[in-house]
Amino acid sequence: MSHSKTHRVLPGFGLSLGFTLAYLSLIVLVPVSAVFIKTAGMTAEQFWTAVASPRVVASYKLTFGAALLAAAINCVFGLLLAWGITRYTFPGRKLVDALIDLPFALPTAVAGIALTAIYAKNGWLGQFLEPLGIKIAFGPPGVLVALVFIGLPFVVRTVQPVLEDLDAEFEEAAASLGATRWQAVTRIVFPTLLPALLTGFALAFARAVGEYGSVIFIAGNIPMVSEITPLMIITKLEQYDYQGATAIASVMLVISFLLLLTVNGLQSWAAKRTGRTY
Amino acid sequence: MSIEVRGVNKSFGAFKALDNISLDFPDGELVALLGPSGCGKTTLLRVIAGLERADSGQVLLDGEDATDRDVRQRQVGFVFQHYALFKHMTVFENIAFGLRVRPRRTRPSEKDIRAKVSRLLDLVQLGWVADRFPTQLSGGQRQRIALARALAVEPRVLLLDEPFGALDAKVRKELRRWLRQLHDELHISSIFVTHDQEEALEVSDKVILINKGRVEQFGTPWQIYNEPASAFAYGFIGAVNEFRGRVEGDFVRVGDDLLSLAGAKFQNGQDVVAFVRPHETEIVPDIGGGHGITAKVHRILGNGPVTRVELVANGESRKGETDFFEVEIPGTQLASLGIATGQRVKLTSRRISIFDQQNGNERP
Repeated sequence: MSHSKTHRVLPGFGLSLGFTLAYLSLIVLVPVSAVFIKTAGMTAEQFWTAVASPRVVASYKLTFGAALLAAAINCVFGLLLAWGITRYTFPGRKLVDALIDLPFALPTAVAGIALTAIYAKNGWLGQFLEPLGIKIAFGPPGVLVALVFIGLPFVVRTVQPVLEDLDAEFEEAAASLGATRWQAVTRIVFPTLLPALLTGFALAFARAVGEYGSVIFIAGNIPMVSEITPLMIITKLEQYDYQGATAIASVMLVISFLLLLTVNGLQSWAAKRTGRTY
Repeated sequence: MSIEVRGVNKSFGAFKALDNISLDFPDGELVALLGPSGCGKTTLLRVIAGLERADSGQVLLDGEDATDRDVRQRQVGFVFQHYALFKHMTVFENIAFGLRVRPRRTRPSEKDIRAKVSRLLDLVQLGWVADRFPTQLSGGQRQRIALARALAVEPRVLLLDEPFGALDAKVRKELRRWLRQLHDELHISSIFVTHDQEEALEVSDKVILINKGRVEQFGTPWQIYNEPASAFAYGFIGAVNEFRGRVEGDFVRVGDDLLSLAGAKFQNGQDVVAFVRPHETEIVPDIGGGHGITAKVHRILGNGPVTRVELVANGESRKGETDFFEVEIPGTQLASLGIATGQRVKLTSRRISIFDQQNGNERP
């Protein structure tokens, strides 16, 4: 074969690829690598004291634990919500559909204040929960509530289109083969939704890990109990400990990255298992 | 198993999909539900399957009233137009589905399931695709797997919705022949829906012609083709030449021409429509006397044993378009007829069917 240039049907491949890479580097890679470069200036001991102090470790546990739990809760109820608005018609369905996007649109600080006002000791819900011994605001449960709130639309919006595309024919086919309604849902509908559900989970989780604004008001920020990792970073920054802040940030980045990689792995496993080739 | 439908009505809003349909499907035969799109044939199939509830009327399976029975309890095998194969399951699991969802006490053992699925795969001649996913199969293969899946539950009736609708012409023909063979082996009462008259006439034992939610005709393919019961049946099945006119004594006046009523009794002045098949139309080169419809030879397509002659009508039809007629004559007769393009001739017929224009019913 000669070394003649391959001719592509679409022109401008070089330009598009160059632009894509340059833009991605500028917006994503450069800031991310700055975190690691800054961290690299520390000694191993400095790094370890910054990222492994008990207070910081407690914050990792809360942040990742609450984010995972919130994403899982959102998967269950987000799926139910998506089912409700795609499968049934009822008055106000459009309104419900629009309300789901509210956590997207609302400034996170506003959401945080609103949630705190509701769940605080003297709030609308808090005044009934407090006598029952359930304390939500100013503690880890408050963090969870805030993360559930901001993650919900991710699950609903990823599952909804798949559910809309899922033809009733498949459920009819299952029924004609003798499957009960429950069998049709668990064996046909749910496996079809699983990849979308995993995507929704990953998105809700990623958002929850990085969430700051809405959590900070309701968490109460008690050291060792209800401090989230982004708050630890801010605290370090306020003390002009830039290296300490970037060290914690780099740990967060690595853990998030590993968790997202796991979810992606799960997704491609689910895709392969079902013969899809994407 | 016998299937009977009694006085079934079904409306979707203001649209009447099924209008008082009563049918008795013969046991063990392959029956085609034929009709134009939107005529209600798929709705009827779904009502029989139990996927759709009739507004009124009854469905009887084996003489038992099954109207209130759910699709799960009717033991019907339903093959969907777009197959509805479960995409996340292999071909094997798709076919096994109906066996696996049975309650534990009637569920066959894993070994029996395996044996049964591979038997079915052999039956549809696709043993080698067991581990593939539906997306990795061609349309014709998917159709056969859908059929195997429906057969796995040992249905008493097999219902197929447009089974060849989504396939290309060649695969369609093969699958048609194959379905006929399969039916001859299994002898399971089957109904299939189609809008393709050729398909219906070629594959089925009986054809039910449906139009606007009503049964137009129920008969063997031969009867449907050779003895159409209504103006609609005539127009829908096969190529046909259509003449519209008014009765004048023993003739129909079509424009300036006269066409013999051929003994049919109609009242003077009645508006009628006459149908003549292309192979039963005759060309008379002499345009002098006698009756017949004048037309001009437009094209002579003389390849093969049959010569097709296309003719243009005199003047314009009611819609302001030029009417074309078609005549089929044996190739050997073309020379003796001595016609050429552009020549004016008269058309008569050996056999003619005349219907009232208003209600479409034949009058003897």
